[in-house]
Amino acid sequence: MRALTATNDFVVKFANVNGSGSASANTLFAKSILRMGIPIASRNIFPSNIQGLPTWFEVRVSGEGHLGRRGGVDLMVAMNPQTWDRDVAEIEPGGYLLYDSTKPLPKSKFRDDVNVIGVPLTEMCNAAYTDARQRQLMKNIMYVGALSALLQIEPAVVEALLGEQFKGKERLAQPNRDAFHMGRDWALKNLECPIGLRLSRLDAVGERIFVDGNTAAALGALYGGATVCAWYPITPSTSLAEAFERYCRRLRHDPETGRKRYAIVQAEDELAAIGVVVGAAWNGARAFTATSGPGISLMQEFVGLAYFAEIPAVIFDVQRAGPSTGMPTRTQQADVLACAYASHGDTKHILLFPEDPHECFAMGADAFDLADRFQTPVFVMLDLDIGMNDWLCEPFRWDDARRMDRGKVMTAEELEAGRTFGRYLDVDGDGIPYRTYPGTHPSKGSFFTRGTSRDRFARYTEHGPAYVDNMQRLLRKFETAKAYVPRPVERRAAQPTRDGVIYYGSTSAPMREALAALERDGVHLDALRVRAFPFHDEVMDFIARHDRVFVVEQNRDAQLRTLLTIEGCVDPARLVPILHYDGTPITARFIRAAIADKASALNVVPLRKAVP
Amino acid sequence: MSYLPKPRLHHPTLPKNALGYTRRDYEGAISTLCAGCGHDSISAAIIQACWELSIEPHRVAKLSGIGCSSKTPDYFLGASHGFNSVHGRMPSVLTGANLANRDLIYLGISGDGDSASIGLGQFAHIMRRGVNMTYIVENNGVYGLTKGQFSATSDKGSKAKKGAVNTDEAIDLVALAMQLGATFVARGFSGDKAQLVPLIKAALLHRGAAFIDCISPCVAFNNHEGSTKSYDFVREHNEAVNRLDVILGRQPITAEYEPGSVIEVTQHDGSVLRLRKIAPDYDPTDRVAAMNYLQERKAAGEIVTGLLYVDPDPTDLHAKLGTVEVPLNRLGDAELCPGSAALARINAALR
Ligand SMILES: Cc1ncc(C[n+]2csc(CCOP(=O)(O)OP(=O)(O)O)c2C)c(N)n1
Ligand code: SF4
Ligand SMILES: [Mg+2]
Repeated sequence: MRALTATNDFVVKFANVNGSGSASANTLFAKSILRMGIPIASRNIFPSNIQGLPTWFEVRVSGEGHLGRRGGVDLMVAMNPQTWDRDVAEIEPGGYLLYDSTKPLPKSKFRDDVNVIGVPLTEMCNAAYTDARQRQLMKNIMYVGALSALLQIEPAVVEALLGEQFKGKERLAQPNRDAFHMGRDWALKNLECPIGLRLSRLDAVGERIFVDGNTAAALGALYGGATVCAWYPITPSTSLAEAFERYCRRLRHDPETGRKRYAIVQAEDELAAIGVVVGAAWNGARAFTATSGPGISLMQEFVGLAYFAEIPAVIFDVQRAGPSTGMPTRTQQADVLACAYASHGDTKHILLFPEDPHECFAMGADAFDLADRFQTPVFVMLDLDIGMNDWLCEPFRWDDARRMDRGKVMTAEELEAGRTFGRYLDVDGDGIPYRTYPGTHPSKGSFFTRGTSRDRFARYTEHGPAYVDNMQRLLRKFETAKAYVPRPVERRAAQPTRDGVIYYGSTSAPMREALAALERDGVHLDALRVRAFPFHDEVMDFIARHDRVFVVEQNRDAQLRTLLTIEGCVDPARLVPILHYDGTPITARFIRAAIADKASALNVVPLRKAVP
Repeated sequence: MSYLPKPRLHHPTLPKNALGYTRRDYEGAISTLCAGCGHDSISAAIIQACWELSIEPHRVAKLSGIGCSSKTPDYFLGASHGFNSVHGRMPSVLTGANLANRDLIYLGISGDGDSASIGLGQFAHIMRRGVNMTYIVENNGVYGLTKGQFSATSDKGSKAKKGAVNTDEAIDLVALAMQLGATFVARGFSGDKAQLVPLIKAALLHRGAAFIDCISPCVAFNNHEGSTKSYDFVREHNEAVNRLDVILGRQPITAEYEPGSVIEVTQHDGSVLRLRKIAPDYDPTDRVAAMNYLQERKAAGEIVTGLLYVDPDPTDLHAKLGTVEVPLNRLGDAELCPGSAALARINAALR
């Protein structure tokens, strides 16, 4: 029988039962590979249907450093009897199946073209432990032990990780070490080790960290000076608010009194969550909410108010496949238009598109400066793939000289000195007026906040020209924002080309991989990663410089393409949509095939035909 | 309608409060409401209460939803920041504002449609959370601004101007507020300023969630025969349980009262609420008894007014959360940003 062979380049998938304690064993497995200097990309897959409580954890080992999902499974660790059949079916021909062989299974349960590796995990656990929970937990560590023998994970690395995990709790560390070695020793003694899939130490990880985007964004908010968080639980954004709370508990208490320098409200719904944010920001605190598409829908009215009344607000939208009763545990980039033009009336909003947790942190902090500077809502557009998976990314960086940019806030001293204050007065020609915080001065600087129907001095009026004047200023302000939001990042093709590709967010990692592959196929593309809306002039320049631009997105309706078409007055025929929207993260294989396909249809003749 | 600034001419003989301000210093823009609208009387009572308490106007934040009632914050306390937010959602905005700066006085103004219809959810949750504020519903039993539809506080059997009879049960905001944990609950009537001003003063001094349901007839759409929120109907059925005097700590107590006829409640800030009993057995510090009494009188067709419930030792959202004394909006980089060294440790733990 064929047996796959590969070093530092394969996919392992764990099929587990939720709540069985597998998460920490799987993380141990993933981190041990990283500690051997080998890059990995991992994904949690968890359907919202909880029958059989299935959860999967997929690890792509990639010595070359590809961080997108590859597709296909080379080694399945099948620990969930309920999902056995589909798990076995998913293995590549010649791949491997690791399973708990305590209870014999009929031959019909296996495949002829898959290498079966049985380890009597339950039997070993039952012999070694009496406590039911311990039997369960240690079984997971035991399969990590067996895998270490099969794939050549260095045991010292695992021991070091266990030591860190149970630092100061030697009573817990020792049983874990024992279980690890029990699994490892059994495999070394009873199985042919290693198998065709192997790990070999590299130096390709560097100082990078391994973290999920929601945690990163929460830390960004913390570093960005957010003090008020209001939210309503919704997958996949919940862990963002929870991470904010966790880190605040560590980093945001008054050292003397022990009291909190932050306030978190679990609101009654998303309307209230954004209302709290708007109220807090109106009153001069940095405030945010975290949500997903259904929450964005509920927040629409308030977002419009914040736009017109010019109140800063930061909204982390961890996008998922729609609608509310849709696929809440699946990823998409399907809220782009809903956020860009959120609410009734003429509105447009700043959007940021982080590509990975590193940027979730950076943009998470920047969002608060932008919201204050432009006195407007700012959306940070994560998605489930970035938000809920651990990614290998550059470490978080912070410049201690950095100060919060609170934007144009007129102080009591300035008011006292007689500076003219008009809440909606464009003093500097950039469309951004000055604001005052409530309670600033006994007799100057107060105003009555409403959506529109007021003049430059916030006095009530329903005169048409005053309305138009204000709307034009809001447009000027949006124009000013172009130069402040993160610039796009361009990567030129190896040779001059008239074809380009635009992509954003979590498409970034698979796009890098696809670009390299396409280049090998003879398809040369200049690539531009869009990082924000409003679009920087460079985005429109890029489109103008190319005859055809592929726009790669994870939604059905080509939402970014629509936005580019509208905002840049681009001829839609020049923007070719490449769309992936089945709820799984887009892969390099998909992008490569889809672009090669369209490219040949559009007469971009590849040198070699692409192999999908 | 355009903005009408009021002339700022001060008559030299106008009385001044402890801050040297006259009542005029607590006024706002000229009202655009219908002449005779109950809401204007409530604005006047707010002005009077703030002036009497010598509150610095700019230390008040006025927040409202949408409706004729919600427009009124423009018509009082012109030196305060105001926020006319969205329909039914003022409570969340006020909650956020309060979290940002615990030092200001928060005054929420709403209507019965705003709070009992579209905003019932937010009304309930702000009471539960115990946000330190004064929340006034200017209750006319109708949507004034959209011209006369029944609201959720319209009484069953009440007749609309065009003759339709309301068949739905009314929501009693006072009962709800008590049940949901508001620590100060009162009902007033815009036509009885003598009763209303002390209630507002006491609510402003209360350090917790203070709610006043103020019946406020809509002369345009709900002041006719058959309405249960008309001036005539309310005057006829108004049963005050007590009369309130708010005595600030520094004022000596002079008047003499008959023993057993007065209840005194000392609030956190030292102010004394002196309640002259009208209903002899009514104890506004006994929540369960108060709720029972209100249900009973309601069944008898009475509109009970007065200070209905007060917890002399309330708590508020900040106390529950354990936030710092300094308003969150005043914390700077040094207090908020843990810096690069802490980040390096976080990075290290993620490798
Ligand atoms: C989302 C939304 N729906 C509907 C309206 C229209 N609207 C404005 S005020 C109002 C009713 C106000 O009634 P109430 O709160 O009792 O105030 P009143 O005018 O009676 O003082 C309605 C339905 C709105 N502004 N927003
Ligand atoms: S319509 Fe009714 S509530 Fe509105 S201003 Fe006129 S009287 Fe007052
Ligand atoms: Mg009303």
